[in-house]
Amino acid sequence: MAYGALEAGLNAYFAYPITPSSEIPETLAKEFGSKKYPEYKFFLQAASELEAVNMVLGAAAGGARAMTATSSPGFSLKQEALSYAAGMELPFLVVDICRAGPGLGNLGPEQSDYFQATKGGGHGNYKLIVLAPSSVQEMALFPRLGFDLAFKYRNPVLILGDAFTGQLKEDVEFPDFVPPEYDLSSWALTGAKGRTPHVINSLELDYQKLYTHIDRIYEKYKRVQADEILFENYLTEDAEKVIVGFGITARIAKSVVNKLRRKDIRVGMFRPITLWPFPGHALKQLASDGKRFLVVELNKGQMVEDVKLAVGDGVAVDFLGKWGGIVPTEAEIESKLTHLEMIAA
Amino acid sequence: MSQLELKLKVKAGKLESLTDNLTHYCAGCEHGILTRLIASAMDELGIRERTIMIDSVGCSVLAFNYLNCDHIVAPHGRAPAVATGLKRVRPELMVFTVQGDGDAAAIGLLELVYAAKRGTPITVFLVNNAIYGMTGGQMAPTTLEGQVTTTTPYGRDTALTGSELDVSKLLGGIDGAAYVKRASLVVTELASPRGRVYTIKNLLDAKRSVENAFKVQALGGFALVELLSTCSVNWKMSVLESKRYVNEHVIKKYPLGLYRDVLGVEKK
Repeated sequence: MAYGALEAGLNAYFAYPITPSSEIPETLAKEFGSKKYPEYKFFLQAASELEAVNMVLGAAAGGARAMTATSSPGFSLKQEALSYAAGMELPFLVVDICRAGPGLGNLGPEQSDYFQATKGGGHGNYKLIVLAPSSVQEMALFPRLGFDLAFKYRNPVLILGDAFTGQLKEDVEFPDFVPPEYDLSSWALTGAKGRTPHVINSLELDYQKLYTHIDRIYEKYKRVQADEILFENYLTEDAEKVIVGFGITARIAKSVVNKLRRKDIRVGMFRPITLWPFPGHALKQLASDGKRFLVVELNKGQMVEDVKLAVGDGVAVDFLGKWGGIVPTEAEIESKLTHLEMIAA
Repeated sequence: MSQLELKLKVKAGKLESLTDNLTHYCAGCEHGILTRLIASAMDELGIRERTIMIDSVGCSVLAFNYLNCDHIVAPHGRAPAVATGLKRVRPELMVFTVQGDGDAAAIGLLELVYAAKRGTPITVFLVNNAIYGMTGGQMAPTTLEGQVTTTTPYGRDTALTGSELDVSKLLGGIDGAAYVKRASLVVTELASPRGRVYTIKNLLDAKRSVENAFKVQALGGFALVELLSTCSVNWKMSVLESKRYVNEHVIKKYPLGLYRDVLGVEKK
């Protein structure tokens, strides 16, 4: 993730340590000053999660590619700045390597920040664009995509990993990449020389103006929904049953699919890559020929709500959840798959 | 137009760094004076076109309507952090904020202390009116012992709340800070047989301090100027009474003066 960010043209990183995401600031501290990354201009360890993310907010206001990473308890503290940034339309990148909760929980993997990530975890009407990597390769490449989406739509982007994916070791490739130049001229704070001042602001005391401002932001979100949805369909075409999962659970699900396919059992796997915008239409299409679904998550049932909403009434959707740092085994998923039930709406 | 009126008009001439908007500040509030001192410093130093104001939550939050430069409105208390992020990626800019005592000394104390500790080259103007103004007069860390606010209706009980927080003293002891000064925006009444006469000596000192705080940033240092101010509306006093209250009581708790000047700008 850290090298992925550097390869994506990271300008500034603001850190606060928290397990299991501290490898990101540690790596970026080590690489700070390296001639290999001339765009990487600033690294600073802040005194709190709030301070770190507000530094990111300030750097983003200056038009920099700025980023911070955290893990669940820290992600709760990021919500303030994320709400402001969405309202002010500031582009930056936040990484949440999700661990078990609530509270301090433990350091094991969970996906229980799904709601906080996809529903607008802070106050007010807003959305984050949320990317969910399920491999080290994706973690390495998503900062490119993340910064691109952030600047294209001027909205914060979240990469939501889990403690499992976040601690994996795998080979990665970095295809050549030249960080794009973004047009900052209409909004970035560069000094009001020869132009009217730029004001980056989420405050609007006039009710009608705030109403219109939020409406305009939601028009933007509609474009994100139309153009930026990413998902992976794995052997779903002829499948009777489809496992739906993201991040690490999708990888376990894929192994289960491969194993069952060898026994000629027609199962597939569907993996949302953008958790918001959620690939609901693609799921709805899969559901149209009577497929049944098993949603597997590292939580008590969060994304399953979006799956049920997408496929609609009358489609069988079952749920297998693990939490507290526990990850489901292939055997558990396989067993659940053979006894699918329709859970209550 | 009389000679005096003409002179006043020229003296109060249009500053490039000020917009034409009327301020929302209450009658007698010193925020308007500070806004003008800042604009005047920006004009005199010729920095308007590369100055960014971080508007903090509190009475200064609408400053983007008054100061003719780029602005960003920070979350409550976070202005020094936002300023740090911006300054570090655009070091050529002059970055400053006007914080209230609630914003800087309560919810944002960590951000302020660490910005100073790191010697972050930014400028902070802290308006100390010993109360939360914008939210309607609640106790601030700077509220005087015994002072009545909406959350200390029987007077501030320091046995419970702790004593008043002296921000200039606190930051004056921080080695990363280059310039820490406490000035006053409140005019002082002079005894005079001709009726009420006021001296603007404090304001002239405040003006110099504001300019120095920008100069310190240009030299690469962290600068804080705490400015004593009134809040007659929330103090439930007349404008005149509130000015006297500052000069008779507040100033004793928060003595004016230089708390730190590593670069020696005050002497230059």
